[in-house]
Amino acid sequence: MTYQFDFAWVWQYLPVILKGIGITLELIAVGAALGIALGIACAWARALGPSWLKPVVGLYVELIRNTPFLIQLFFIFFGLPGLGLRMTELQAANLAMVINLGAYSCEIIRAGIQATPKGQFEAGASLAMTPFETFRHVVLVPALERIWPALSSQVVIVMLGSAVVSQIAAEDLTFAANFIQSRTFRAFEAYFLTTAIYLLLAILLRQVLAALGRLIFPKGRATP
Amino acid sequence: MTDFTTWDILRNLLLATRWTILLSLVAFLGGGLLGLALLFLRIGRLSWPRQAVRGYVEVFQGTPLLMQLFLAFFGLGLFGFDVPAWLAAGLTLILWSAAFLTEIWRGCVDAVVRGQWEASASLGMGYVQQMRYVILPQAMRIAIPPTVGFSVQVVKGTALTSIIGFVELSKAGTVVTNATFQPFTVYGIVALIYFCLCWPLSKSSQVLERKLNVAHRDH
Repeated sequence: MTYQFDFAWVWQYLPVILKGIGITLELIAVGAALGIALGIACAWARALGPSWLKPVVGLYVELIRNTPFLIQLFFIFFGLPGLGLRMTELQAANLAMVINLGAYSCEIIRAGIQATPKGQFEAGASLAMTPFETFRHVVLVPALERIWPALSSQVVIVMLGSAVVSQIAAEDLTFAANFIQSRTFRAFEAYFLTTAIYLLLAILLRQVLAALGRLIFPKGRATP
Repeated sequence: MTDFTTWDILRNLLLATRWTILLSLVAFLGGGLLGLALLFLRIGRLSWPRQAVRGYVEVFQGTPLLMQLFLAFFGLGLFGFDVPAWLAAGLTLILWSAAFLTEIWRGCVDAVVRGQWEASASLGMGYVQQMRYVILPQAMRIAIPPTVGFSVQVVKGTALTSIIGFVELSKAGTVVTNATFQPFTVYGIVALIYFCLCWPLSKSSQVLERKLNVAHRDH
């Protein structure tokens, strides 16, 4: 192997890389916040909601969990304009990530809700709380605490999966790598560097989510 | 301009589905074999192979599959030969599956309670005997549902190989869209075909989980 590695381009393209990192972080921040919110709503619907709503949410969850993210993205970005629903690359990427994480987090959060001891629901009812108040003030937070590690892993998986949004020309970190390799012809170096950045981002995101977990669910609270 | 019927679209997509299935099988079986080998290093007694496998899993679980595909595609090219997309795709998916399966199976071995190790040790069994007769049979029972569940991830993972130019279901979807200008129909059908491949696997994983969970049912 006589190949000479060349990373001399890094300084010149640093702004491109930083912009890519910024967009990847922005995508996952919006995706995680809205995705988890959607997941909570769907988990409530599937575990405690009205009976007509359960199969509808079930269908959504199964459809999303059994198709590739790439196809969901293509369907939203290329397919939906046929119905008159046009959006920018970033909007499509965001929407796809929210819908995707919504389905996965629904199943994770539902497991947390279903692990709630029956006495908690009864205790809420005996305090004259409505079922929704019981869910909101008694069930939800301990349920989220139970599944926080699993939910964190899923957020990291979605962040790594977001690499494919470069395929609809959303300018994330992978897009930056594609751009650099097309300019410098240093494909291996460009992808090597971005892969290393993704690894760092994944480790960092895990730490941030763990810290967030400690913040939202402090130790020593009176929870079951 | 040629007109395309829905049947034309469906037929072409189904033909491409063969490659998705083949690649999934190669990735899952190859990854399973490699993952098993790595598992023995991961739960073995030597420290440095344990650390090495941990690092391997961390890298493959902590980076995007798409990046791994790019690195394999362009990295193998550094050795001076023209890399066909199927080779980079197959190799990457095998390495990627192996990392996830090793980690899943390690969790299953860990889930066998400590007392089982102690009981078998007290019967005078050596490490290999403990593994062979006590730990692995129990771990395998726990491992079946998540392993089947992971096969869904493999099928969905093959979609990314379209990006480095391997013509499977997703790539065929793009090609057919470019010919027919009907992205809504085409990607809808593509999604449906993936669903038909994945859903039975997801469902059987759930059923197996319920069936094989006999030991813990009353706890």
